[in-house]
Amino acid sequence: MKKKLICIACPIGCHLEVDVENNYAVTGNQCKRGVVYGKKELINPTRIVTSTVIIKNGIYNRLPVKTDGEIPKSMIFDVMKQLNEVVVTSPIKMGKVIIENVCDTGINIVASRSM
Amino acid sequence: MKMYDVIIIGGGSAGLAAALEINKFRKSKILLLERDAELGGILLQCIHNGFGLKVFKEELTGPEYAERFIDELHEKGIEYKLNSMVIKLHPDKRVEYANIEEGFVTIQAKAVILTMGCYERSAGAIGLPGNRPSGVMTAGAAQKYLNIDGYLVGKNVFILGSGDIGLIMARRMILEGANVLGVAEILPFSGGLKRNIVQCLDDYDIPLYLSHTVTEIKGESKISSVVISKVKDFVPIPGTEIEFEVDALLLSVGLIPENGLSEACGIDMDSRTKGPIVNESYQTNIDGIFACGNVLHVHDLVDFVTEESRRAGQAVVKYLENQLEKSDNHIEMISKDGVSYIVPQQVNVNNINDKLELFLRVQKEYRDVNLVVRSNDTIIKTIRKKHMAPAEMEQIKLKVEDFDSVIGSISISVEERQ
Repeated sequence: MKKKLICIACPIGCHLEVDVENNYAVTGNQCKRGVVYGKKELINPTRIVTSTVIIKNGIYNRLPVKTDGEIPKSMIFDVMKQLNEVVVTSPIKMGKVIIENVCDTGINIVASRSM
Repeated sequence: MKMYDVIIIGGGSAGLAAALEINKFRKSKILLLERDAELGGILLQCIHNGFGLKVFKEELTGPEYAERFIDELHEKGIEYKLNSMVIKLHPDKRVEYANIEEGFVTIQAKAVILTMGCYERSAGAIGLPGNRPSGVMTAGAAQKYLNIDGYLVGKNVFILGSGDIGLIMARRMILEGANVLGVAEILPFSGGLKRNIVQCLDDYDIPLYLSHTVTEIKGESKISSVVISKVKDFVPIPGTEIEFEVDALLLSVGLIPENGLSEACGIDMDSRTKGPIVNESYQTNIDGIFACGNVLHVHDLVDFVTEESRRAGQAVVKYLENQLEKSDNHIEMISKDGVSYIVPQQVNVNNINDKLELFLRVQKEYRDVNLVVRSNDTIIKTIRKKHMAPAEMEQIKLKVEDFDSVIGSISISVEERQ
């Protein structure tokens, strides 16, 4: 069985075909990232999550944050829930860990700007 | 009157890259003027990732991408002014700006770079029918409210237009607990990147209504519902109406280069790009005034803005060193069948180092065709394309030798493969 996917590894958006029976062999990709994405998307889809947390004493009310790696797609809303409970205080440097090992994913939430 | 080598109008991705590139190659007195309270431009509210794959070879969020440039600007000690609005640009390269500390100031530059970016098309600009209650706004405005200020503009949201900002906002609103009832696109295909359709709509089961548009907005002081209809040749088909109860309608219906200053200065504009007409050196028809980034033409990716602005910065260095040949004898770039625009629009071959990069957009979706570059009837270059779409900017590189047989003009067209 061949599954059709659009690669989201970069903005090019290659049209991939993944041969599920043939060890998830990927065709239609223009780079190695497509091979990794095609297989992972069908076995264990993951995503980077970006959002904001409340910041006190900053020039704005929200500090942008992101996961420092991909988390399972099924955990996105659990991570969002955790983020809603965070309040940080300025100054914060870009890259500072805001939540360590968020929802036991092994991935940290980090600040994506200084404020 | 204070004198500068270069005044750059706009401290977003284009202005930052141009300033740094000039500084890299020539010790110059540069001033970057920014009307907002911070440098970085629209990147600051684009908190999603996907920026920097070309320029930094890694995937960054908008604020991260901006901060790298801002840090470098500080490191190099390049002068900039915040909260400073340019009021007028003169053809002799005087710039009038105003801010709270200095009041109204006029300064003089040898060269000016226009990097004002673009703005969003509004409800009025697309002739949106129905009432004008509160709750109708551009997707970028909703993005600023949410990502910078922390306000969610609605709980039940519909989005008109499938541009990237609309798609990104669909996911963003869902993550923050809103219902996104759908996205309507008047064209039979999306104007956004394919990966955004996948990771912003498909991931969250948000329906995309292609060949549909908003035909009615209901509500008195606050929006209560939107009606969408299927269209044929842009005309709504009666009987196809679907109504959605909403408290917000976001518009993601295109971006327009912000050229109020340029037009008032007498700079010649391209009616298709809505940006200045420039030559191979990104110079406008006015000597010493250059343009790059989204003020020139709307780009798909910030990485392309950075690369273009670096090339413009290098050209400005040549200009300051009197190494740019001035000549009215240039090659005209002509958009033929299937091509909607080409940037730059004019080329003086003597100012090209070894190659010239041309950027263009096609008018509709194409599969398995050729992009053909011709001068009169001579084919200069043929590029095979498996897939092209209006949402994806195409790039053609021409070597100096390619211009050997060119007389007067170059045309580019989309042609069937033989």
